[in-house]
Amino acid sequence: MTAPSRAQAPAQSLIGARDVVKSFGPTPALRGASVAVASGEILAVMGPSGSGKSTLLHCLAGIFTPDRGEIWFDGRRLDRLSEADRTKLRRTAFGFVFQFGQLVPELSAADNVALPLLLNRVKRKDAYEQAAAWLDRLELRGLGERRTGELSGGQAQRVALARALVMRPRVLFADEPTGSLDSLTGEMVMDLMVGLAREEGTTVVVVTHEARVAACADREILVRDGKVFDPQAVEVGR
Amino acid sequence: MSVPLTMLGLLEREPSHGYELKRDYDTYFGRGRPLPFGQVYATLGRLARDGKVVAGEAEPGAGPERKRYVITETGATELETWLAEPAPPEPHLQTVLFTKVVLALMLSRPAERYLDVQRVAHLARMRELTEAKRSDDLLDVLRADYGLFHLEADLRWIDVTAARLDALAKEVRR
Repeated sequence: MTAPSRAQAPAQSLIGARDVVKSFGPTPALRGASVAVASGEILAVMGPSGSGKSTLLHCLAGIFTPDRGEIWFDGRRLDRLSEADRTKLRRTAFGFVFQFGQLVPELSAADNVALPLLLNRVKRKDAYEQAAAWLDRLELRGLGERRTGELSGGQAQRVALARALVMRPRVLFADEPTGSLDSLTGEMVMDLMVGLAREEGTTVVVVTHEARVAACADREILVRDGKVFDPQAVEVGR
Repeated sequence: MSVPLTMLGLLEREPSHGYELKRDYDTYFGRGRPLPFGQVYATLGRLARDGKVVAGEAEPGAGPERKRYVITETGATELETWLAEPAPPEPHLQTVLFTKVVLALMLSRPAERYLDVQRVAHLARMRELTEAKRSDDLLDVLRADYGLFHLEADLRWIDVTAARLDALAKEVRR
């Protein structure tokens, strides 16, 4: 594992990107994107479709490797880690919630939530006790034995949230977590996500096109044409 | 929407007669509700009284009085302040935002930056309303929801308009 200088990390941030460039074939997705997210901060990433916001999230989470630029996590260069180290980090320090279908359909809700713990060699009994506790926190008591196909969209998304949080990640990455839900259900999921993140001190990076979701965050940034734009930094002048 | 400020914007573009102001106002901002001549001249009178415009000498010609009005530094400053400051985020802002964007483009002002500033103000207000929803009173929650959904609609309009600024600029610049 590379041991980069901590002094070069974006100041005061837990996770960040610096001048990140990422293309898919000839198509540029990020063209020098920079962002810093403080520990415990809830950051909303907004922007038009195709602007690069999901690519930025995937780079921050170590799922994509940037073509150029730097990704920092907890004072270390994430983009310089080996694939094995990044996978380990994703399993232990990061949680993920996506818009659709990340649950394993053959398994029950409790199995899905316990899965990350079992993969990290937690004893079966402990894993299922923790899974049940998280299902309780997400107001899903009594639904642990249901298969994912027997859950409503909102319930399935809360199971996904429980699975993302069960490892007590330092950073939760959420990509359009309410995108497939109606307004009221989406609001419930966001309330739970933000409430639990604040209780746990989890840093959250949430990609959304919904302003009501962004309004739950501490701060929002816009991604436009592959660059990060901080609306709060705008100066109006003639 | 502020008719006086809109007229100041049209006068900053170029000094105009009253009838030209009415014509341009009706073309860009009237949308089926033409500005009465009486209101045009009454507004110009008040703007002149307050030092925001000055009227030139009466020009010869048939018909109504023909004076060309010119915006003053005071008027231009007031216009700039209005354009650059976000409107208080509240429901039904569409007309104000629409007017600001069209005028900004006509005057080659940074319309995108004005929209960005408005966006920040809207999201800040939406955060306040989201916080207000923590109330146990369901009526408070419903009131906050009403504001949130309307502000969200404004934000969608802001985003779509920002994406269309280049095309819109071509349409409104002569």
